[in-house]
Amino acid sequence: MSQLIEDTPLTVAGRRFHSRLLVGTGKYRDFDETAAAVAASGADVVTFAVRRTNLGQDAAAPNLLDVISPERYTLLPNTAGCYTAKDAVRTCRLARELLDGHNLVKLEVLGDEHTLYPNVVETLAAAETLVNDGFDVMVYTSDDPIVAKELERRGCCAVMPLGSLIGSGNGLLNPATLRLILEQAEVPVLVDAGIGTASDAALAMEMGCAGVLMNSAIAHARQPVMMAGAMRKAIEAGREAFLAERMPRRDSASPSSPFAGRINP
Amino acid sequence: MQIQLNGEPHQLDHDPTLARLVEALGLGGRRVAIELNEEIVPRSQHAQTALAEGDRVEIVHAIGGG
Repeated sequence: MSQLIEDTPLTVAGRRFHSRLLVGTGKYRDFDETAAAVAASGADVVTFAVRRTNLGQDAAAPNLLDVISPERYTLLPNTAGCYTAKDAVRTCRLARELLDGHNLVKLEVLGDEHTLYPNVVETLAAAETLVNDGFDVMVYTSDDPIVAKELERRGCCAVMPLGSLIGSGNGLLNPATLRLILEQAEVPVLVDAGIGTASDAALAMEMGCAGVLMNSAIAHARQPVMMAGAMRKAIEAGREAFLAERMPRRDSASPSSPFAGRINP
Repeated sequence: MQIQLNGEPHQLDHDPTLARLVEALGLGGRRVAIELNEEIVPRSQHAQTALAEGDRVEIVHAIGGG
């Protein structure tokens, strides 16, 4: 029997993570469901958004960080909703203050509300500013291999192309361009956005992605906690299939049972 | 004295420091981050940071997102 390959942990900017599934915290019914789904996903890295505090709101109201504690999870603040490099940089600095200096961020600068497609011009500018300001930048981007490389050159610690539009659940619409990004990348490549169900996540991992970040696929499943568990298994299965290296495809059949010794040769 | 707080006009009737504003809003001890005129003010400096007429203050916190 050949030797089992020992997997190495996902390493982003020197941080090592046991799980290759990263999850968001949006779109859940309540904090209880958020906490249960995040726990069932097995994720180490958990994304959240930064927004103006509702003033006059009951000060005792629970806070997301009471449920998803920075002691238990590696928090990944995002810049969702930002349409300019300037707003994204401000949001990251607010997040760093919010988390007492924690400098790992998910940069996303959007192009328009209809597609939520990344504005790569603003994204490149924000990445450069943030890296120079000491942030470890995991960057959401289009599946353009040239842009992915440019973001890597600017010092981003992970490149995260979309599989399809944010929240669409359309899976990996362009595996060919994702493969081009994977072939040339020297930092971890994670699929961020577009995952719809477990097979989408498994496919991304089978292709060699370092991880997958998802939110809607879990939160908008009829049973989010069960889907979170399904995603955990899909990520593990896809990763092991990648490491095991799949059989070659062939156009002809190849019997698994020997021809020799049949009772009616 | 009036400031812009999270994009809305806000009247200050108290000692105009950031720490006092946070207390008055019932946010003392809560996990929030504050920007004054687009610059971060670290938590350790809230008590010493005085506000002036027309200052723009942003107070943010973590919410669910992906």
